[in-house]
Amino acid sequence: MLVFEKSREGRGTSFLPICDVPEVLPSPQFQRKLPLQLPEIAETDLNRHYSELGEKAYGVNHGAYPLGSCTMKYNPKINEEMAGLSGFSEIHPLQTEETVQGCLEVMNLLEKYLCEITGMTHFTMQPGAGAHGELTGLLMMKAYHQKHGDTKRTKIIVPDSAHGTNPASATMAGFETITVPSNKDGGVDVEKLKEAVGSDTAGLMLTNPNTLGLFDKNILEITEIIHNCGGINYYDGANLNAIMGIARPGDMGFDVIHVNLHKTFSTPHGGGGPGSGPVGCKKFLSEFLPSVRSEEKDGRFRLVKAASSIGEMKSFYGNFLIVVRALTYLMTMGKEGVLQASENAVLNANYMLQKLKDLYTPAYNKTCMHEFVLSLEKLKKETGVSALDIAKGMIDKGIHPPTMYFPLIVHEALMFEPTETESKETMDDMIEILRDLYEEAHTTPEQFHSAPISTPVARLNEVEAARNPILKYDWPNEKGDI
Amino acid sequence: MKILNDLFYSKFHEWIKFDGESAVVGLTDYAQSALGDIVFVNLPEIGDEVGVDGSFADVESVKAVSDIYTPVGGRVSAINEELLDAPEKINQDAYDAWLVKFDKITEKGELLSAEEYKAFVESIQEEA
Amino acid sequence: MGSYVPSTDLERREMLSTFGLHSVKELFEDIPQQVRLKEELCLPKGMSELEVRRNMMGLANKNKVFTSIFRGAGSYRHFIPAIVKSVISKESLLTAYTPYQPELSQGILQSIFEYQTMICDLTGMDASNASVYDGATAAAESIMMCQERKRSKVFISKTVNPFVLETVHTYCYGKKIELIIVPEKNGVTDISFIEKKIDSSTACVYIQQPNFYGSFEDGEKIGELAHNAGAKYIMGVNPISLGIAKTPREYGADIAVGEGQPLGIPLSFGGPYLGFMATVDSMKRKLPGRIVGQTKDSNGKIGYVLTLQAREQHIRREKSSSNICSNEALCALAAGAYLSAMGKKGLREVAVQSMSKADYLAERLSELGYKLVNKEEFFNEFVTESPKPVSEVMLLLESKGILGGYPLRGENEGNILWCCTEMNSKKDIDELIAILQEV
Repeated sequence: MLVFEKSREGRGTSFLPICDVPEVLPSPQFQRKLPLQLPEIAETDLNRHYSELGEKAYGVNHGAYPLGSCTMKYNPKINEEMAGLSGFSEIHPLQTEETVQGCLEVMNLLEKYLCEITGMTHFTMQPGAGAHGELTGLLMMKAYHQKHGDTKRTKIIVPDSAHGTNPASATMAGFETITVPSNKDGGVDVEKLKEAVGSDTAGLMLTNPNTLGLFDKNILEITEIIHNCGGINYYDGANLNAIMGIARPGDMGFDVIHVNLHKTFSTPHGGGGPGSGPVGCKKFLSEFLPSVRSEEKDGRFRLVKAASSIGEMKSFYGNFLIVVRALTYLMTMGKEGVLQASENAVLNANYMLQKLKDLYTPAYNKTCMHEFVLSLEKLKKETGVSALDIAKGMIDKGIHPPTMYFPLIVHEALMFEPTETESKETMDDMIEILRDLYEEAHTTPEQFHSAPISTPVARLNEVEAARNPILKYDWPNEKGDI
Repeated sequence: MKILNDLFYSKFHEWIKFDGESAVVGLTDYAQSALGDIVFVNLPEIGDEVGVDGSFADVESVKAVSDIYTPVGGRVSAINEELLDAPEKINQDAYDAWLVKFDKITEKGELLSAEEYKAFVESIQEEA
Repeated sequence: MGSYVPSTDLERREMLSTFGLHSVKELFEDIPQQVRLKEELCLPKGMSELEVRRNMMGLANKNKVFTSIFRGAGSYRHFIPAIVKSVISKESLLTAYTPYQPELSQGILQSIFEYQTMICDLTGMDASNASVYDGATAAAESIMMCQERKRSKVFISKTVNPFVLETVHTYCYGKKIELIIVPEKNGVTDISFIEKKIDSSTACVYIQQPNFYGSFEDGEKIGELAHNAGAKYIMGVNPISLGIAKTPREYGADIAVGEGQPLGIPLSFGGPYLGFMATVDSMKRKLPGRIVGQTKDSNGKIGYVLTLQAREQHIRREKSSSNICSNEALCALAAGAYLSAMGKKGLREVAVQSMSKADYLAERLSELGYKLVNKEEFFNEFVTESPKPVSEVMLLLESKGILGGYPLRGENEGNILWCCTEMNSKKDIDELIAILQEV
């Protein structure tokens, strides 16, 4: 039941003291005439309402969440507690620098750590999420080319396995997207890349390891091809969790990069956000960074704007409390911890792949990085049970499904990313469930079409939702009473 | 699969009906069945000029969007606004649910007869 | 130290043995030697939770927490009921991903559907999305919604929040959109400028109500000018003001956007905040980002799903009009809990108290020679001149634990933008006045 349906006229909690100054109202021409319909509800019932919603959601706290490309690792509790300190959460963004030295030090420290992990020179904390970081990086590339009078560079090269945000960001930055195909090993087709580049190439956007969970062996050749034609290499940091302490995008020839603090650096997803997508770059691009950075001199921190900055990407300095959480995480992990995280992420993914690949077909039968993709095309042909059906079957067995139908170049794809924070028992459970489901697909395929049956609702009619969208509750009458 | 005899077809699965200098274009029955439940149609604006094999509209299913290409070039003179509210009409009867009308056809691309289109669709189905 | 990895050495060896390897390093063979790190990262060693806590608290303590705040300018300290924090701390809501699996995510989806309803209720609009990063990006995205082939020019008033203006500027740079900044006149938008310059290539007109200086703009007149030219009308609003002030719908706006931070989200040194966006029915498919819709399951039971997804980047890729993927769902949850807790009477009370206290402060200040600059009626912010150098005034207040108004820059250098909310008691205001009297 919706909170509005629980509303009763006259209920509610009073939170404020009586107004202690003379009451002033806007003059009639500035006052609203439309009735306000917000719910009137007792705090007891409101509390229960959200408890009920909480019960109808599945978080990392419940169990494994092997969504490929999403890095759903455990969200440490200390991070939440530190972000909740009043010394961070009660600070106004427009206080003077002298009164926010702690905040500036947080930004400065995280920047240093991210630079070291990725091999970049500077980072901005401003972008609100990964896609926002992509737009930021692309605008910096655009500004760089323009400054050098290179205005004909209008094309961004993106592999066909890329996240949808890459081409969408390129369009927002005013570029045209050129898609290059993958080769038979799942990497960039180098010959096709050579054909695609030219004097109109602004740059390349690449995830490495890519969305198939494979590290592109030809990475140095790829980034060199782009550099040789005058382009810039953008690194989509969505899969950074595979390589921390092992290899750095900066050493692979990448010039600008975003990282997802809400993936690699353990901050919670909150049901879709907030994330945080700091953007780092090599020195030659630093002058184009947006917003301000925190710089230290003689123990004092101050906010500094880059000389040819692209401007502001949003208000203030980014999702600061997410930055606090990520810094807390990195302090805990340290240099040995981040390496251990990546090593175990890769080990866990390979362990699961190894234990599944005799039944399910890997999209690429080789050692994977932190995630792997299975193609259920054969299973579907044999039994009629699709990737979607298996995913829904997993729900009934108590685990969150992996990413479905991505990357687009693999048919009936299921993409698993167990992350390093799952134990061997948890993975063994998942493996057993998936093996059982494979058996059931052959013996009782029909049962899959009604799955899931253990959830508050069964499969939902998405066609009707899109054809005749109902996007808000309509009160039964104007007054909002029931 | 329904294929009407008195229409022309394209390899992008559109049907075309000519009427003097003008033409009506829609999606074939095969196309609507391959696309699944269509939930929305983005149509061009009246007055738009479209070239042969140019994308002039797209149709949305729940989790996909597909461009629609035209085998003829010309000026869009009418759009089927009914489909904006009821895209399911394409699924119900693809040959009744026309998408756009062109007046003054300026060029024609590769057009198939009903028989040729039937053979073409069968060849794709064999491949799959 | 703490690494949150449960596997023991023994378990690691067991797992490795399933594919005949001895060392984890062997899994990284695909990474060319030339790009492998030869040394360990130059980061500090990991720390125990106790040490981390000490360090982070040390950093937090280096900041000054003001208890009496008269500064807004885009970030507002309002009262946050305890239940809001309790709601957003619920682990299954905090640690869930975007609700891609609707059967497992009805709680998240329903909370977004309720949020969308409340945003529509506040603004008078028909459809809302599930949020974007913040008010400034909401403004930029709303402008992108209005782009048509023959209409791309954008008019934006100089009286909007400077961060909004700058963010819009950056987004327009990407898309090569002509951005025309409408000058201000007497602290409000110079309407005659729009009247003269608007034409049939104009995509939209964007204003903020109340504007950056707190004043109410002539919202109807500007809307008429936009619509007469066939352009869209976008209004940026302070959601608290809508407890009492006229809605964007009543002004004739096509899109309403704003910064949702005042709805139960702490100051947080600027983020994470909440960008809300709502529009009229005819433009709902142009909204960027996630949208939740109501539908039924195979047994006829009501449920919620992400809908109209074919607009989005994961499907439309380079043809999508926005790239947004992650949004601010948890902040939207906070806003939904805040609005439910306050209720219609509570929100109105917050709006009335904020406005009333600002009025009281303005009067007290003017008695001290801080002359009111606003010519028009204002909501909870207003601008004054300063009889003393602004930096001196602010330093004095700071030394007494008070965050004074925001020192304006540029053409308004020397003036102060003051803000009041229900959090400023009469006692606090009188204390501020007493201190200023000393100068």
